[in-house]
Amino acid sequence: MPGLLNGVIVRVTLRATMSRKRALLFALPAILLIGISALLKATAHGQAWPPVFLGQFGFSVIVPLTALLVGGSVLGAEVEDGSIVHLLATPVHRLTVVVSKYVVAVALTVVFAAVPEYLAGAIAKGPSDRLTIGLFVGALAGAVMYNALFLMLTAVLSPGRALAFGLLYVLLWEGLLANLVVGVGLLSIGHYALAIAKSIAHNSALQPHQTVATGIGMGAAVTVIALAIAVNGLSAFSIKGDIA
Amino acid sequence: MTTIELSGVSRWYGNVVAVNDITMTIGPGVTGLLGPNGAGKTTILHMVAGFLAPSRGTVTVAGQPSWRNPGLFRQVALVPERDSVYAFLTGLDFVTATARLHGLPDPVGAADRAITMVEMTQVQDRKISTYSKGMRQRIKVAAALVHDPEVVLLDEPFNGMDPRQRLQMMDLLHAQGEHGRVIVFSSHILEEVERLSGIIQVIVGGRLAASGDFRAIRRLMTGRPHVFLVRSSNDRALGSALMNSPAITAVEVTPEGLQVRAADYGSFTKQIAGLTRDRGIRLTEVLPADESLESVFNYLLAS
Repeated sequence: MPGLLNGVIVRVTLRATMSRKRALLFALPAILLIGISALLKATAHGQAWPPVFLGQFGFSVIVPLTALLVGGSVLGAEVEDGSIVHLLATPVHRLTVVVSKYVVAVALTVVFAAVPEYLAGAIAKGPSDRLTIGLFVGALAGAVMYNALFLMLTAVLSPGRALAFGLLYVLLWEGLLANLVVGVGLLSIGHYALAIAKSIAHNSALQPHQTVATGIGMGAAVTVIALAIAVNGLSAFSIKGDIA
Repeated sequence: MTTIELSGVSRWYGNVVAVNDITMTIGPGVTGLLGPNGAGKTTILHMVAGFLAPSRGTVTVAGQPSWRNPGLFRQVALVPERDSVYAFLTGLDFVTATARLHGLPDPVGAADRAITMVEMTQVQDRKISTYSKGMRQRIKVAAALVHDPEVVLLDEPFNGMDPRQRLQMMDLLHAQGEHGRVIVFSSHILEEVERLSGIIQVIVGGRLAASGDFRAIRRLMTGRPHVFLVRSSNDRALGSALMNSPAITAVEVTPEGLQVRAADYGSFTKQIAGLTRDRGIRLTEVLPADESLESVFNYLLAS
């Protein structure tokens, strides 16, 4: 069994991913989330909006959008500019490469999506409210699951295709269908995260389409399978582009 | 002894055949892959490095298949042509990071030795983004050599290097070859291959056109029929005079001038001056019509 984490890969991935422009891009969904929350807090009457906006919308749009940008970049940026060859032309086990990049992606998504979920929850209900804590833990779980999926897409598709496919998935599947069709919700990472959040928040306005046990079980399965496919995809990494 | 073996290797992309049924063995020393752009040299190097699966046939290095075998990089290094290095790192950081990824016991010492080898010590603390193309090439070579590999694959390694850097790199690769390492580099420039390697593999249109000692192939190249376009004050008179020369195999009068096919390069260029002078014909232009590398390769392929 190879060492799962490689410090060199973590450091290089962090630096390759976090250019100033990218950091701004990663922060955009979070700024949107916190900005709208502050606006709703100041203007909305009643307490119905936090679970709907921060739960349903946050977990099916904001968290996955951030994870898509981050999870796509930790591998995609290096694949796109070709520098990944220098990393892969070493005997490091591909499982180590994937796990190291995955850890960076999850950590960045926590910073750019889970922490903002907490801050938005704090604005809405206060910093130690059950809903605020529930939203934070749900967003953490979302970061873990979504990043595995998007890392897998980048490992098996070209970075451009992975982004397009991921965007379609977030907007159509998670954003629209999962919230409208109950059956789709059973296969939705957003709803797994929501179930986890609800188990802590005990808020009936959070409406996942399955129980917390199903959410955790399905979420763990999706994460493990996606990472396994990513390892396999990276093991078959081919230099494309030129017939020369 | 470490060798690279390609056996009946083909690689295609959809309907396009990039490499067509190549069988060859590459042993220790410096071997040049020579061929025009698009001939399939890079595809071959990528297959040997395990960054591309052959569509048919087998590629092995030291007896092990290279595809899906990252452990092979303990013995193999690849210097890709694409100028894509982690530009935000310093040269030293990049080479040291590579040494750590290889799990070397003394990564700093190994990086220091490799950087010294490519004469980059003075600029090792600068970010790679500030390097010239030639410097980037050299730092890539340093990173490739840091773990002392048995096999080094270099794709167009001299691109972007100035003449001094080029000579220095040639000396370095030559020395590596002398030490019994398998050094394979690709180039579309005849002179580079001539200076560096004794053995060449000529690749044309994805096929192995010629293989072996450079001097023998060079003789084949210079001994081939040459076509010249000749313009003079009296093309027809010159044409009939040329037809009497045994060095000439065909003459054709065209609107652009005389198209002359010479049996060999040396005799023709010696004779034409004398022939025109003796007949009072003024020679205005002698152009080799088929001197492109592609035509040389095509000739090799046909012979």
